[in-house]
Amino acid sequence: MTAPAIELVDLYKNFGATQIIRGVSLAVPPGERHAIIGPNGAGKSTLFNLVSGRLTPTSGTVRLNGDDITGLPPHQINRRGLARSFQVTNIFPRLSVWENIRCAVLWSLGYKYAFWHGIEALPDVRARTEAILEAIELIDRRRVQAGVLAYAEQRALEIGITIAGGAGIILLDEPSAGMSVAEAARAVALIRKVSEGRTLIMIEHDMGVVFDLADRISVLVYGQIIASDIPARIKQDSAVQTAYLGTAA
Amino acid sequence: MSDVVSGVAKLPARGALSQPGAAAVARLIGPWLALAVAFAVLPAIVTSGSALTMLSLMGIMIVFALSYNMLLGETGLLSFGHAVYYGLGGFLAVHAMNTIIHDALPVPLPMIPLVGGFSGLLFGIIFGSVSTRRAGTAFAMISLGLGELVASSSLILRGFFGGEEGVSTNRTKLLHVFGLNFGPQIQVYYLIAGWCLLSMIAMYALRRTPFGRMCNAVRENAERAQFVGYNPRTLRFIAFSIAGLFAGIAGGLAAINFELVNASEVGAGQSGLVLFAAYIGGIGSFIGPVIGAVLVTWLEVMLSDVTDVWQLYFGLLFIGIVMFAPNGIAGLLIMHAPLWQARAYGSMLRLALAYLVALGPALVLLAGLILLIEMTYHLSVKATEGTTISVFHVTVEAASAIPWVVAAILIAGGFWLFRMTWPVVGAAWHDAFAQARGAGRAK
Repeated sequence: MTAPAIELVDLYKNFGATQIIRGVSLAVPPGERHAIIGPNGAGKSTLFNLVSGRLTPTSGTVRLNGDDITGLPPHQINRRGLARSFQVTNIFPRLSVWENIRCAVLWSLGYKYAFWHGIEALPDVRARTEAILEAIELIDRRRVQAGVLAYAEQRALEIGITIAGGAGIILLDEPSAGMSVAEAARAVALIRKVSEGRTLIMIEHDMGVVFDLADRISVLVYGQIIASDIPARIKQDSAVQTAYLGTAA
Repeated sequence: MSDVVSGVAKLPARGALSQPGAAAVARLIGPWLALAVAFAVLPAIVTSGSALTMLSLMGIMIVFALSYNMLLGETGLLSFGHAVYYGLGGFLAVHAMNTIIHDALPVPLPMIPLVGGFSGLLFGIIFGSVSTRRAGTAFAMISLGLGELVASSSLILRGFFGGEEGVSTNRTKLLHVFGLNFGPQIQVYYLIAGWCLLSMIAMYALRRTPFGRMCNAVRENAERAQFVGYNPRTLRFIAFSIAGLFAGIAGGLAAINFELVNASEVGAGQSGLVLFAAYIGGIGSFIGPVIGAVLVTWLEVMLSDVTDVWQLYFGLLFIGIVMFAPNGIAGLLIMHAPLWQARAYGSMLRLALAYLVALGPALVLLAGLILLIEMTYHLSVKATEGTTISVFHVTVEAASAIPWVVAAILIAGGFWLFRMTWPVVGAAWHDAFAQARGAGRAK
């Protein structure tokens, strides 16, 4: 049996005296699309920060493809094949759209800190950048400064940066937040396309998006996972309904 | 993970957006050839006695300012101690020259900037490993501290820094190649010009590498760079070390040019000067620090001949740039690029005329300010030399009220007229860009 893509074991995170994550254990098998839902302040983004290395857990273990990555810095976790997007758009605002994606493909193509390669003379970098921009449908906007893109375009760019390095595990933090219905539908199509063959973990408030995309759903309430199951059973779970869905409906 | 990677590669790839061809290569090399020719013929064009010295100083400053901009402009690191690497490069170069002369080693003078460069690189690596752990304010403070540390150690390590008078050398005593003894300034100028050109090409090429692009990414958003696999500290450290290398080359060139290096070369004054040069020229582009280096060197030489308080004017210029043109002189020029690209020459001419209209009152305002500053300086510092002073070749009696009234009128009137011209400039600007956009659509 292959190791889970992501495995969290008894994870805790305190900020001072406040416990934000209180004993989360979760295993996401490779190739699964997994959604994490829960009310505001449940600790969903904190959980992502613990997995991606932005924060260090107070206790507990994070495993990536079976390897312990607890406490590693973000760039090392990224190099092991985990990439993430952010709830608040996190791009390179004063660089062009093209540069944004190109910066995100360089490490995975092995160029690292190379100061002896001319960047324009790297056909693999160009091809990958182009392919990503095609996938996120921003190829015609490639010369535009990223900071002046429309909001939905910036969110697409954010997803583009996240997938550009070819990571096998993708964490998306509220990818459709703040979008119109039409924009959200396009975002879902994009996420479905780019997460093909990868492990996807996403935080999402839009239940339409969640039930549309997710193979499995975990419900996080006050720093604990109260249920983790396929969408059909999550819908019927009475604990979930009282804690979350009931209040949302 | 390979299946995932290929999943991306399988996406439909459109034809390459643009492939580098012969024309692109010509575009790449052309400007450098033009610059090389310009460097070669400049001494024949400006033939006054001090011009060669000035051009040599400009060449040194261009290398220094560009190395500084690798930190500030490219990587977003504000350093207050960049002269450390310039000065130490200079000191090690001068000591190397003296050793070479003493032991009669077969090393020609044009190799000496390498000594400066490697010294700058070495100290960049040593001090960079400490200071680049953090960015922002922490980095700026550490750079200031390191600058003070090295400057104050010049008082202690007198053997190395040569005390008050510094360390001198004789550049003509090294191995002569091709019959060059580097006694005449013209030979030194060409040595500096050659190294300046090489350094410029190297630093320009460095911007267009994976490393150079990621320096920009770290400047823009260090956290995002980290989540695409890069350690911002490593990028800052490499940038810092390479900036030290080129600062050291500039220091080595200075050692050759002056045949003397003293402790002020590592000090805060020199660090401030390079910051001024890069910022006044514009840190957002490659050409900016070059413009800044040329202008600042020219001002330093010319103004210090004309007035004792040249540093005050310098400071005013710096404040003016920070307040009104944060992208520097190059930024002001680049603002006009769309007009040039749209070939809107007619509206460019109109805009130039509008600028000329605004220039008159601006000069009146400036004249009033200069009169005020010079009279104040003279009365407060040099009152023992009498109260008559000469401003713009006009003798002024600073003790009487009249010149003060004149200065006040010039300042107030100049400012008022200057403000009146703004709608003219604004309208010309607006029309020019409207026309350029129209031309862009028509194409």
